[in-house]
Amino acid sequence: MIWAVAAIVIWIFGWWLNVRLANSASSDNTLVKILVPAIFGITVLIVWELLVRGFEVNPVILPTPSAIFERLISEGPRLWADFQQTIIKGSMSGYLIGGLAAFGVAILADRSEFLTRGILPVGSFMAALPIVGTAPIFVKWLGSDWESKAAVVAVMVFFPILVNTVAGLRDTTTMQRDLMRTYGAGYWPTLLKLRLPSAMPFIFNGLKIGTTLALIGAIVAEFFGSPTVGMGFRISTSFGQLALDMVWAEIVIAALAGSAFYGIMTLIEKRVTFWHPSQR
Amino acid sequence: MKSVVPVLTVVAAIIGFWLLAVIPMNMHLVADQAQRDGLMVTPEAPADRQDVSGVGLALSNTHLIPLTYNFVRPRLPAPQQVAVELWETTVEKKITSKRSLVYHGWVTLAPTLLGFVIGTGLGILLAVGIVYSRVMDRSVMPWAIVSQTIPILALAPMVIVVLGSMGIQGLFPKSLIAAYLSFFPVVVGMVKGLRSPDGMQLDLLRTYHASNTQGFWKLRLPASTPYLFASLKIGISASLVGTIVAELPTGAKAGFGARMLVGDQYGQPLVSWAALIAAAITAAALVGLFSLIERATLKRMGMAAS
Repeated sequence: MIWAVAAIVIWIFGWWLNVRLANSASSDNTLVKILVPAIFGITVLIVWELLVRGFEVNPVILPTPSAIFERLISEGPRLWADFQQTIIKGSMSGYLIGGLAAFGVAILADRSEFLTRGILPVGSFMAALPIVGTAPIFVKWLGSDWESKAAVVAVMVFFPILVNTVAGLRDTTTMQRDLMRTYGAGYWPTLLKLRLPSAMPFIFNGLKIGTTLALIGAIVAEFFGSPTVGMGFRISTSFGQLALDMVWAEIVIAALAGSAFYGIMTLIEKRVTFWHPSQR
Repeated sequence: MKSVVPVLTVVAAIIGFWLLAVIPMNMHLVADQAQRDGLMVTPEAPADRQDVSGVGLALSNTHLIPLTYNFVRPRLPAPQQVAVELWETTVEKKITSKRSLVYHGWVTLAPTLLGFVIGTGLGILLAVGIVYSRVMDRSVMPWAIVSQTIPILALAPMVIVVLGSMGIQGLFPKSLIAAYLSFFPVVVGMVKGLRSPDGMQLDLLRTYHASNTQGFWKLRLPASTPYLFASLKIGISASLVGTIVAELPTGAKAGFGARMLVGDQYGQPLVSWAALIAAAITAAALVGLFSLIERATLKRMGMAAS
């Protein structure tokens, strides 16, 4: 009971602190902007820890944050191996293949107005489909190592990137194209100097959607067959051993990897599309 | 309307690619089977065939190519085989049959819709909270955005099993996943939508001496409708994908996900493919339905998008 009371008190204290900070004069300060969500997150973690201990929740159902953290430290090498297998080999190679293929198809299709009009609706339709359901099929075709994961990821990221690139390449005004024509620029200079740069905000939108899909695809595909290493493999086997703290440790790694991947894409986007209104 | 022909062309190109891929994908299996049936196959030794690519084998055994389109257990089934399987399991089977895809579709669709409604409702409520409370905006909104970059979908099967071990079964666990996945797109979209009225419009309401509640119902909520529909379309397909993934490796007995896995494990690729295509059609129908509602609503509100 005392734990539950402590949890409520800490929750109220955290919230009160945030109310003070968010409504204070310095609330637009960068530090405060980071501090407020951080306090919220830490409060949630403490309340979680206290409630799980207070109500003696079975660790098979919900482990405490401290147990998860312990696992993160003690199982470092194994988590690192899983990370390499799933994220580096599976996700990244698939993401690269899918992205490059989508980019190539978009550049080719872009030469024909007819194809563009066909690809946009079909591509956005395909992007909404449950493509991750093809995972068992790919595992059967390409074996259980990372190649099949890369294939699933490649197909999953292909359509969002394709649609965004095709849409982006159309995003120039007649005025801008006329200007290029008065300079006597042909197809390639126009593409490289005008249309690709102005398509970049769209392309990065597709790339950012792809980051999460890439992780999901690689992890889910491992549920259907994998070597004895990998995040999906570890999640399903630890689960079988009722080692939920290990499952959560993998979740933390996946969350960090997902946010980092997204963050890196956003950083590159900032460098490449510094001219765009949304970045200024 | 003028994009009908281009769309059909692209679809035809995809099906054409599929048709072509069927030959090399199935050639090795077909060649083995043909040899057992006493047909001529070059090269004759099965070990030699392993070294030849599917295309090479097809070129040296042109008489076997038609067989690849009618193989019983293909690696890649031909489109018409999938279409026949789909027709048989949706139209010709009774809905109550365990092999009817309509039955399995409903098993998947019911939790999807329930979860979607819950997730959307909660999402809109949280968005209103975020727009009107500075504290919630500052403390919850960053997490809502970060949560979109987390591959939570990959954990769907675990959530199902945990809840199952606590004795919670049936519709609810899958709905929870569907609700979670539709929740954040709606929050992010609705916050953007509720904030979309510009200073001029808000000032106008102030000159009318409108209260906060009136401002909400008469300006912010109507202005957010286009954003809401954009999020709804993302949310419903995310919900469906979530339910299917939740069904995949958990030993579920019914649903699209279970069908895909059953076909895979018992060597019936046609079952898997029919379930996959049926899931795609369902997703398309749901998104299409929302597009129609969107168009009708926005038209009535005088906001029809160009």
